[in-house]
Amino acid sequence: MSEKREMIKIEKLNKSFGDLHVLKDIDMEVKENDVVVLIGASGSGKSTLLRCLNFLEIKNGGKIIVEGKEIDPKKDNLNKVREQIGMVFQHFNLFPHKTVLQNVMEAPLVVKRKNRSQAEKEGKELLEKVGLAEKADVYPSKLSGGQKQRVAIARALAMKPDIMLFDEPTSALDPELVGEVLSTMKQLAREGMTMVVVTHEMGFAREVGDWVFYMHDGRIVERGEPQELFNNPKEQRTKDFLSSIL
Amino acid sequence: MPSFSHFFETFIDSYPVFFKGMLLTLQVTAVSILIAIFIGLFFAFLKISKIKVLEAIANVYIYIVRGTPLIVQIFIFYFGLSEYNISGFWSATLALAFHNGAYIAEIFRGTIQSIDKGQMEAGRSLGMTNALTMRRIILPQAFRRALPPLGNQFIIGLKDSSLAAFIGMYELFNVATTAGSNNFDSMTYLLIVAVYYLILVFLLTTIVSLMEKKLSASD
Repeated sequence: MSEKREMIKIEKLNKSFGDLHVLKDIDMEVKENDVVVLIGASGSGKSTLLRCLNFLEIKNGGKIIVEGKEIDPKKDNLNKVREQIGMVFQHFNLFPHKTVLQNVMEAPLVVKRKNRSQAEKEGKELLEKVGLAEKADVYPSKLSGGQKQRVAIARALAMKPDIMLFDEPTSALDPELVGEVLSTMKQLAREGMTMVVVTHEMGFAREVGDWVFYMHDGRIVERGEPQELFNNPKEQRTKDFLSSIL
Repeated sequence: MPSFSHFFETFIDSYPVFFKGMLLTLQVTAVSILIAIFIGLFFAFLKISKIKVLEAIANVYIYIVRGTPLIVQIFIFYFGLSEYNISGFWSATLALAFHNGAYIAEIFRGTIQSIDKGQMEAGRSLGMTNALTMRRIILPQAFRRALPPLGNQFIIGLKDSSLAAFIGMYELFNVATTAGSNNFDSMTYLLIVAVYYLILVFLLTTIVSLMEKKLSASD
């Protein structure tokens, strides 16, 4: 079997906010087509780790290697790096003054400078894919939370990223709307998208994740395939966490 | 108080001279507000630049404008600029722009900072630069939010343009006081000019609320 390509590799990543040491010597790699799920209690550093991966937070130490190239935030063009890494936020962050289709077309138009008809065609295909073709000309304020999040996924996909990051994509949703977002994400995973997902949805982690990383107090305490990590956690802290939520 | 019929007759008879004054008032107001918007945006950016020196420059400017009467500013511009052969019209217009710019800067600063920071993050995560996200995502939303207080400032700017009378501009207020003393009938002409201002403010308010409506399509 051929070795899968390494999409992200981080070594000894450290991040502090003032005196608060949020990420401590994180090592991690994400291979092509993998779905890596980060779990852990609030404040364990999951979201910060995710945000370091596309440089919305800038690391204080360590290496971040994206598709084989070490990225230096001071020297490299982070905008170029971010074009390859899509991100979906807990609170959607759709552009409220633009229609659904305009949200999806925005980055291809102004960053990739695609022509309008091409961007529109691809935008509509993506909306079709997330099941929202009929909402193309509606403003985000008219959508449910689940629909907003699916638009946000389409918007990120419009840049044709190699990697998708999900920061608690279902945490702000009413319970009955969680399913539609998760099934869109499952579909992406089936199509082979490389994904890093921060979530509290253990069912999703179990079913879709190739790897599950349990984070506690700024460290990755345990990592493994989902069956193994959920059924036979080795670390006491993982056991405590899992018994508290399951 | 003048009788209504006297007021009405005078209103009709004085129409040509008031109309001229109104055009001048509108010119001074429109040009000064337009310049003030650019000044305001510029200083709003200085204030949110997070660069201490630039912030300090903006703060000093706003402090000076707030701390001195507009009439003093107009006279300083008038006497200061007369050396350079700059007309009374431009002295008054630039003074008003300088003055309103400070208030508009604070309006823009407030509304730009009120836009959720997730908007900037979303733009950046899509590979957009800081400047591009500001222009395409943040500013359109901030401008929409700024419209009601901006409309207010436009009205203040329109009314404040009457102070240009004191450097000899023959705008609405000057027309009224001059005609009033020439005809020994100040009260009638002051009431007439009040009506002109009310009509202009009404029109301005209507235009701003139409713009608000147009821009709120996404709500």
